[in-house]
Amino acid sequence: MAVTTQAQELQAEKVTPTLQVAKVALIGNPNSGKTSLFNQLTGLNQKVGNFPGVTVDKKTGICQLSPKQKAQIIDLPGTYSLYPKSLDERIVINLLYDVSSSHQPDLVIVTADASNLKRNLLLFTQLADLQIPAVLALNMVDVAQQEGIKVDVQVLQEQLGVPVVPVNARTGIGMAALKIIMTQQLQASGETFYAIPDALKTVINPIQERFELRNEYMALHYAHQYKSLKFLSEADVAWVDKLLEQEGFHSNTQQASETIARYTRINELLLDVVRVEKADKAEKFSNRLDQVLTHKVFGYLIFFAILFLVFQAVFTWASYPMDMIDEGIASLNSLIQENFNGPLVNLLTEGVIAGLGGVLIFIPQIAVLFAFIAVLEETGYMARVTFMMDKIMRKFGLNGKSVVPLISGVACAVPAIMSARTIENWKDRMITIFVTPLMSCSARIPVYTVLIALVVPEKYYFGFLNLQGIVLMGLYVLGFLAAIFSALLLKVLLKARERSYFIMEFPVYKMPRWKNVGLTIFEKAKTFVLEAGKVIVAVSIVLWVLASYGPGDSFERAEERALEQAQGMNLSEVQTDNLIASLQLEESYAGIIGHVIEPAIRPLGYDWKIGIALLTSFAAREVFVGTISTIYSIGEEENVSTIKNKLMSEKDASGDPFFTPARAFSLMVFYMLAMQCISTLAIVRRETKSWTWPLAQLVYMTGLAYVMAFITYQIFS
Amino acid sequence: MAQHKAQKQQAQKTVCDLKIGESGEIIGLKDPEMALKLLEMGCLPGTSVKLNSKAPLGDPITIIVNDYTLSLRLDEAETILLKEN
Repeated sequence: MAVTTQAQELQAEKVTPTLQVAKVALIGNPNSGKTSLFNQLTGLNQKVGNFPGVTVDKKTGICQLSPKQKAQIIDLPGTYSLYPKSLDERIVINLLYDVSSSHQPDLVIVTADASNLKRNLLLFTQLADLQIPAVLALNMVDVAQQEGIKVDVQVLQEQLGVPVVPVNARTGIGMAALKIIMTQQLQASGETFYAIPDALKTVINPIQERFELRNEYMALHYAHQYKSLKFLSEADVAWVDKLLEQEGFHSNTQQASETIARYTRINELLLDVVRVEKADKAEKFSNRLDQVLTHKVFGYLIFFAILFLVFQAVFTWASYPMDMIDEGIASLNSLIQENFNGPLVNLLTEGVIAGLGGVLIFIPQIAVLFAFIAVLEETGYMARVTFMMDKIMRKFGLNGKSVVPLISGVACAVPAIMSARTIENWKDRMITIFVTPLMSCSARIPVYTVLIALVVPEKYYFGFLNLQGIVLMGLYVLGFLAAIFSALLLKVLLKARERSYFIMEFPVYKMPRWKNVGLTIFEKAKTFVLEAGKVIVAVSIVLWVLASYGPGDSFERAEERALEQAQGMNLSEVQTDNLIASLQLEESYAGIIGHVIEPAIRPLGYDWKIGIALLTSFAAREVFVGTISTIYSIGEEENVSTIKNKLMSEKDASGDPFFTPARAFSLMVFYMLAMQCISTLAIVRRETKSWTWPLAQLVYMTGLAYVMAFITYQIFS
Repeated sequence: MAQHKAQKQQAQKTVCDLKIGESGEIIGLKDPEMALKLLEMGCLPGTSVKLNSKAPLGDPITIIVNDYTLSLRLDEAETILLKEN
């Protein structure tokens, strides 16, 4: 087929180029290559922000069109039509219909999958009828050709009345032509693809007049979707409500007949455009692969093997860069402490830098996890996972798509909760967000490791099954069970706002585009550092103050007491310092709070020392090990076995070892279930747009942790 | 049970009644709200639909419509009415 790459051949009217930065919106069906096209056009010049009023990420990027001209590209969520069915899709209409918004695009690029042109054109014809200047980027022409589908670009262009540019979003073919078109001031297509029935004029005309809309089709959309348009005032909504009732407007019936009319029109215009050469197609490669990958037995086996690989990678591969970050932060801190002195230096090293380290340490795990998720999504395998798991997950009030957040939750709840956005249904999404933090995340590992080492003997069964490993796995399984049973509880409690759908395109298998994978990793890590980082650092500083200061001269007295005791016991200089730190922590505000909450946590087997650790763990649970080290005056740079020995020698009032299995298991259960992560609360607040959800999570999880830890302690002691 | 099955046979044929690899022609959509989504995805009256595969647990299923694969749950597939042969 003739591939048009010269913009000169394009038919749209051209006016003099503008000098200001043009706003270009990218819109298209899911799986039509929209994200790849966005990455091709903008490269690393991307920014993730929020759409005004809604908390779904808005990706924008700058594209250099010519040496002198730039365009701002807005990547809109994938959608099948302008009648949105999900939160993500609603963004599109809120952006396009708000006539007063500064985000109104000057041009939309509609991406269309050439191998599935009919369905892809539905969205295009809706946009064209809104009279928004548009360009059709015809993607995957090569795939279509392989399937024997030939598209006549010239005829398509004539039929649609807008430029059609064949592109290959994977290789970058057609980008130059697309950029040239963006420099032109384009007119909207003169074609209309749907004639609004005259009977609706009594509804449309008053709406068009009241909101000063540029055309009737836009007014029709206001009539259908006024309840989803965030920028309308309550008075406006009430007004439309009254008008529609008065006129007896049936939204469902009208939408259905519109869609049917559009498809009829599209079928007609495609008659001259698309030629299918191989009528009798060989069974597609994807279908054959599916026979194995979604097989009754092999399907699940392969899925669990992949899961196992992901776990391994997250825990082992990521541990090397994590150790490096850990050591780097530690040596930076000691370098500063050696050369400078004073309370501000301590604030910097133990508050700010330590807090920053607590953020940076998660980057390798987030990167590895999202590398896998991106590859699995890019290849189309993730769609098969949701397909295989949907029936099971639905029983627990979840959705096949909840699998991704739940699995990601094992690395870190923050990106996991962000990934719940693909779930269209409000109730399913809320339940997924609510229970994801119950999955044992990587921040719990250090806590589990220390406590398991303390009370579980290192025994092997059959030569390779390590008892400690089994206990660790047991904790993960318990966390998972807590998550799905909490989901079941919520399923009963929550009222559904909308129906749950599973109607989605089953994508064909593809090779991953590594550029997209790389950009996903980069973007997720950046979002985590910026979003969660702020809160973690802030809370770390507050906790540092609480742990570093006490009322009056209590710190000096603690130091004196420590020095006396040290002399009596003949301690070395390092041991003396550790003892001072320990006694000072007891006298600090954190220590005082620890004493205050002791009565409340005594039923769980904890004393005020663990109380301090619980308090400092509030921001981030991994702080537990560091705090425990300080309280028991172990010193910061000791390893697990030193901490273990020290804790083992800790005695209770009657002289028996303090860390009994009952206490240790009670603590493990508490850390497994409690909401001790400020970052997660912050991200839940951001994703749900309310404080109700994070607060409910805090109360529910911590309450559950308290009850279960109590039961555990009573059983084991 | 047998009676129930017989009753089902009497009722309108839907995509759920297809066997894997079998095709049918859509004549209508039962659920007005679900219909909007299905229509957008190209499940129009008159279109041919083929049951492609079932998930290991029997639900959801995939169908081929307009030359692409669509996945949906059984209770969604049940709303797609087919022509009796």
